[in-house]
Amino acid sequence: MRTTRIGAGAGYSGDRIEPAVELAERGALHYLVFECLGERTVALAQQARLKNPDDGYDPLLVARMRAVLPVCRANGVKIVTNMGAANPLGAAEATRTIARGAGLSSLRIAAVIGDDVLSEARGTELALDIGGTVAGLGNRVVSANAYTGAGPIAAALSQGADVVITGRAADPSLFLGPLIAEFGWAVDDWPLLGKGVLAGHLLECAGQVTGGYFADPPYKPVADLARLGFPIGEVREDGDLVITKVAGSGGFVTAATVKEQLLYEIHDPARHFQPDVVADFSAVRVEEIAPDRVRVTGASGAAKTGLLKVSVGYRDGFVGEGQISYAGPGAAARGRLALEIVRERLALTGVCMSESCFDLIGADALHGAEHGRDHAPYEVRVRVAGRADSFIEAARIGEEVETLYTNGPAGGGGAWKATREVIAIASALVPETMVRTAIRMIES
Amino acid sequence: MKLRDIAHSRTGDKGDTSNISVIAFDEADYQFLRKHVTVERVRAHFGGIVTGDVTRYELPSIGALNFVLTGALRGGVTRSLALDAHGKSLSSALLTLDLPNRGSE
Repeated sequence: MRTTRIGAGAGYSGDRIEPAVELAERGALHYLVFECLGERTVALAQQARLKNPDDGYDPLLVARMRAVLPVCRANGVKIVTNMGAANPLGAAEATRTIARGAGLSSLRIAAVIGDDVLSEARGTELALDIGGTVAGLGNRVVSANAYTGAGPIAAALSQGADVVITGRAADPSLFLGPLIAEFGWAVDDWPLLGKGVLAGHLLECAGQVTGGYFADPPYKPVADLARLGFPIGEVREDGDLVITKVAGSGGFVTAATVKEQLLYEIHDPARHFQPDVVADFSAVRVEEIAPDRVRVTGASGAAKTGLLKVSVGYRDGFVGEGQISYAGPGAAARGRLALEIVRERLALTGVCMSESCFDLIGADALHGAEHGRDHAPYEVRVRVAGRADSFIEAARIGEEVETLYTNGPAGGGGAWKATREVIAIASALVPETMVRTAIRMIES
Repeated sequence: MKLRDIAHSRTGDKGDTSNISVIAFDEADYQFLRKHVTVERVRAHFGGIVTGDVTRYELPSIGALNFVLTGALRGGVTRSLALDAHGKSLSSALLTLDLPNRGSE
């Protein structure tokens, strides 16, 4: 039975670069996939494209492609990525420039376009998960991108693409596309597509299945995280899956690392909604068959819903923040005094905030006061953050924290402040017929 | 005994919803986890952090539970003022849950 080997070269936009090179060199791969789009990333990329029409794709695309294109060409490894973000065609053109610069001719690069549905969604009564409609957000809306499926990726590969660059494709679809192209899986073979989604789900966060984000010594020690190896999925034509990694790289693949990633960002494991299928992970089995080789079986699936999720990016005011540290005897008491002073100052000076938080990092910032009650920290960090309607108003928050230097409790140090506009994300569901994807093929 | 002694955990996020897995190190402990790590106990443990519903999904085939907590991320990752806007550290809080010793069962 045929098997294909798919490597995961990145699990998020800023991920390490050299593990992908190691995979391309020594992974005996057929495909190398880079998953680089978070919930908000497309909205931010859309902002970048508005400023410069040639921009709007992943900021690390150039560095990643420079690092892997030559070795992928030499080893016959095809690349699939969502680094196109808000501008897949621009990303394809940038990739062509890199290929030519590296002396790689006749490299076929496909851009998958059509996930951008802003013009169709803007001003409509499309309902949002946060309540209200797209129309209700008015001119605060900056982007609307549909999570597209594996179909156009598989089609681009079947047309001979060496590199496929998408925008807001669903993360597992980046892996399901190659499987459909490789094995000719029917697009209504729901159990098989469910198995393919599981492969994609386990691989899409790269190092999170090979021991990254897992270490918790002494209960869960992991060796050599500075050289963490990224995963390889060996997928058989019948959907049977083994997760492994390059021999000698850092981290490990065990039943435990696979189980943690299996449930990562999953709600009902029997109904994991994807563009191509409703995947069912509820009866999956995980088995260590050799060191760093874990066999995963039992995934299934049911018919897709015909609906696609759309992420709507919208301007949501400004957040200002300031921090300052206190240490030694009485650190927490001085930190709490500092918080009270800032709270009073923001009120006295009339800073208008719709929401605010006053944290003592080291005591209560992550889980509230209850969980840290028995704990007297040697050092604490005061953190005040608030939401305001304007940049200037939001900036006042950090400025008030900074003035604690000369006006607040003794020994405050390391003050820091920042102000940013918030692009928030709401989601909606649209009929898949509203989203028309297309492929643009260019060649170096 | 703490939950951390017999299980491991990872948090994921989607919008304002957090999911927290509880996975037995030894699959033989699954029924013990199922009995003691209940929706009620998890809700009480997180107190005011969770403003919505707590739902538990059971995965006997891998010896794991999956908790889904709505309204747990202070408005959602993309707009929250929280230091840990993703709620990534919630798994560590859950692992401090007290469990009875198995011998006392």
